[in-house]
This record gives sequence, structure tokens and C-alpha cells, in this order.
Amino acid sequence: MTITPEQIAITAGLAKLKIDGDEAIEVAKRIGAILELVDQMQAVDTSNVEPMANSLDAVQRLRVDKAIKPENPIDVRDTLQQIAPATEDGLYLVPKVID
Amino acid sequence: MKPLHELTIAEIQLLLQQKQFSSREITGHFLDRIAQQNSIYNCYISVDNDGALSAADAADKAIAAGANGPLLGVPFAHKDIFCTQGIKTTCGSKMLDNFIPPYDATVVAKMKADGAVMLGKTNMDEFAMGSSNETSYFGPVKNPWDIETVPGGSSGGSAAAVAARLAPAATGTDTGGSIRQPAALCGITGLKPTYGRVSRYGMIAFASSLDQAGPMTRTAEDAAILLNSMSGFDAKDSTCTDIAVPDYTATLNQPIKGLKIGIPKEYFDERLDATMATTVQAALAELEKLGAILVDIELPNSALSVPAYYVIAPAEASSNLSRFDGVRYGYRCDNPKDLEDLYTRTRTEGFGEEVKRRILVGAYALSAGYYDAYYRKAQQVRRLIKQDFVSAFEKVDIIAGPTSPSPAFKFGEKGDDPVAMYLEDIYTIAVNLAGLPAMSLPAGTMNNMPVGLQLVGNYFAEQQLLNTAHQFQTVTDWHQQSPVTE
Repeated sequence: MTITPEQIAITAGLAKLKIDGDEAIEVAKRIGAILELVDQMQAVDTSNVEPMANSLDAVQRLRVDKAIKPENPIDVRDTLQQIAPATEDGLYLVPKVID
Repeated sequence: MKPLHELTIAEIQLLLQQKQFSSREITGHFLDRIAQQNSIYNCYISVDNDGALSAADAADKAIAAGANGPLLGVPFAHKDIFCTQGIKTTCGSKMLDNFIPPYDATVVAKMKADGAVMLGKTNMDEFAMGSSNETSYFGPVKNPWDIETVPGGSSGGSAAAVAARLAPAATGTDTGGSIRQPAALCGITGLKPTYGRVSRYGMIAFASSLDQAGPMTRTAEDAAILLNSMSGFDAKDSTCTDIAVPDYTATLNQPIKGLKIGIPKEYFDERLDATMATTVQAALAELEKLGAILVDIELPNSALSVPAYYVIAPAEASSNLSRFDGVRYGYRCDNPKDLEDLYTRTRTEGFGEEVKRRILVGAYALSAGYYDAYYRKAQQVRRLIKQDFVSAFEKVDIIAGPTSPSPAFKFGEKGDDPVAMYLEDIYTIAVNLAGLPAMSLPAGTMNNMPVGLQLVGNYFAEQQLLNTAHQFQTVTDWHQQSPVTE
């Protein structure tokens, strides 16, 4: 399986990364080599094999749908926003989305 | 008495109790060594001098008041992937160069509660993606056995810190071999526990279905001591298993007579370097002398583990790393012109080349039209790989082989060929896909560089692994060899 520089640029856009021009050509070459490695899987017949997402075949553990209080209550919002690049009045600031 | 930096955790604990020295003295000794030598090896990204000394003082006070505990007052280092409240946690990335977590990872909280003294945070491949430490934003770690060579990765800083005697022990994480391969390349002992044994809460996620934290130490006994502290159920990690934690130190001295050790023919085929094969076989002969029985086995799908891993791990990574968007924490680009620009430039500038490559592979494998051919197929192959191990464990107790195809290689040797680097983990990756526990032990040298013996156990059989490893270390001295002259 090969991948074109155009496909790289599109996939990068979906992942919110900018890769284009000469860089996309270079990245396409490297990723092409990875996909070639990955394609070795196609040689094995897996038609009757159930896909495995968790090695212990565990299912999501759920808890009772009830509010819980943290052991050491902190002002969660203030604490978490202290490390944010930009906040105002308890809100995260981003560039204007709608003019 | 040996120099303080040559002591194991078990020895340090005993001598602290006997008041031969204080936690402040040994902690200060390691902090001095780090100040003098970290510039050579680049093992640490951050050193917490004040925090370490105050934790040491608290431990000394507790010991004076009669407290006792296997880690009380014992210095160690955390891989910089574990969130440490108030202490920068970078994950080896520019993206988190300014990130000071508001909370502790469960592993961090548990070890703190046991009185262990954290010296600092160790260097690593960016977001744990790499096998040589060359992808760290903070520069590569040097292998203490030969600073022209890599320490392995991704937990290369932890492995090198233990080997260089800049910490008696460290934590690591292993998604495809990131504890075992650097342990092998730096001549130390490393254990990746069963998936679900150790909580992943507060451990920055790479591939959530594969990631597992574990100890990196000089001896199997020390690994057992650390695992006792790190393991256990945690309601904050929905994949953490609620199975009682045994005392891993209690069974170290059991004889291993009659233990059946499976030798997979796929791990010793023509692709394995002849000298490496001879070295590993000599280590297996030692286990045989202890009464173990070597049994030939097959893991027919093992060649598919690297291909399946390089779909599953990047797919999970592309999803996990979507949280780094420059809004809530971490790096943010300068003067974004709109929201799209903020996201795209933050991520393009904040992530390194290998991380971007894996995000792209993952996004591609998950995209419409390719999902079945890549992601679903890889998950099916993953089951075949697990079934190989399940069948093998019907016949044997433990599986053994090399940890890595070669000893430490030179910086830049794998060039910029990602596939060559990925094949470095050819013997370790299947274990993560199957979720099994495994160790790497110092087992010899090749061209004067350490060689690792890998032992793979059945699910939750860490006790048996540690017992076997400890018995091996009672009759060999590879784990006592040190690259350190001062």
C-alpha cells in the first residue's frame, strides 16, 4: 500500500497538523515504508477471528451513577485553570470563532 | 560498606533501619552525583532538590519514631511520564515543557505514601515513542556503558540513571518494550507487569490498551519491592484489575526445580545475531542448572506482532494525543489568527517528527475506507498472537528469549528509517499485545555491552517471574556489573 503526498496532507489536516509541499513528499515515503510493514498482516487469514481490543477481554467497569465528592476537595476550576494558556472569568480563552 | 550509590533498595532499607546513615545523607549523596554527572548522561529532565531533601527529612523523622517500610527514606526517580503535583511533567515533549500537573498519578501517590524519596524526573522518548531516546525534545540520553551509544527507549533516562548509579531505582512505562529494551541495553533489571496490574491514572497516555508501568532496578529483589508499592486496584483507572496483590518478595527464594521454560523457535531463528544467540543460550543453561527444564515451543504468529502493533499503537495514540490542542494546558502557539490556526500551529510546533508520524499513521488507519483493512485486521491478528501465548502456557510456565536483537547501537545508526527502529522491539511487542507480564535481566555481554534475557510469564504470574529472575541472580553476577568507575 502506498500513500501519496496529497493523502498525507489531507490526513494531517484531519489530525490538525500541517504537513505539505516537500515535507509531505518526504513523510509519504516514510509512512509508505511503515504501511508496507503493516501490510504483512494481510497474508494471514483472520476471517473467523473476533477482533480483540483488550488483552484480558475485559469490559468497561461502571460505577453507580451518583455524584461523588473528592477526598480532598479543591477548587477544581481554579486549580485546573492556573495552568491554562489563557483564561478569563473562569472560562478558557480562544481566538474569536464568530465575528 | 560499599559506596552509597552501589547499594540496592533492599540494602538501603536495612542500613537506614540500622541508622548506618540517614535518608538525608543518601538522598544528598545522589543529588550530588546528579549535579556532577547528569550533564554527561542527560538522564534527568528535572531534579527536585528541595522536595527530595524535605521528603528525606520526613522519612528520617518517621524512622526515628520507629516507623519501618521497604521504601521509607529510599531515593528513586520517576519517568517524566507520571504526573507529579507541582513538579514539571514533560513526557519528553515541547508540548508539555511548561506543564505542572495539579495532581499526582496513582503510582506517584502510592510511592509517596510508602515514604519513597523522589530525586527527579527522567528523560524519555517524546510521548514514549521511540527505542533509542533520540526523539526526546530535551536531547538524547547517553548509555553509561558507552556514551557513544543509545540507552534504548522509551524509558532510557530511567535505565541510564540506574546504570550510572544516579538513582538506586526508577519507574518506567512499557507500551511495546519501553521498560525491557532500555533495561537490556543498560544492563539493569526491568519488569513490565500484566496489563491492569498497575494503575494508569496520571500516566500520560500513549496507547491505552498497551501501556503499563513497572519498576526498573538493579535486582529482581528490588523490582519486587517496587512492584509491591506500585500495584493494586484503582477506581480511577477503568482498566485496572481488582485482583489482590501478593507480596512479591515472599516467594523470591523458592527453588525453581522443575520449572518449565519455553524457548520459542521464532526468537532464535536465522535473524538473531549468532553471538547474541550464544549469550542468551548460556543464560538459559544457568537456569537449567537450577533445575529448570527447557522446552521447545512455537509462537507462529510472532512475526505479525510488529505490523499489528504499528496499527494499534498509532491508532490509539492519534486519539489520545488529540487532547493537546493549546487550550487547557501545555504549549500554545504565538498569535493564532483563528481557532483552526491555534489548533494546527500548536500541534505542528509542539510535537516532534516521530510523534507526528505516528499520529498520521493512526489517523490514516482509522479513516473511512481503511478501518477494516488496518484497525480491525490488527485487532484480529492481536487475538491470534494472544492465542499463541495461551497455547504455549498450557505446556510451559515461563517463556524465555532475547530482549532485543542487538546490544546498544550508536546514535544515528538507524538513520531516519522508522521501520529499522521499530524492529528493535521485535521480541518485546507481542507481550504488550497479549497483555502479559515480562522482565529483562542482565544476562551477559556482547562487545562489552550488556545483553538482556527476557522472561515472559502467564497473566498475573509476576511472582513466578520475579522468583525465577531472583534465582538466576543468585547464581550469576551480570546484574552486579557496573559501568561506573566513580
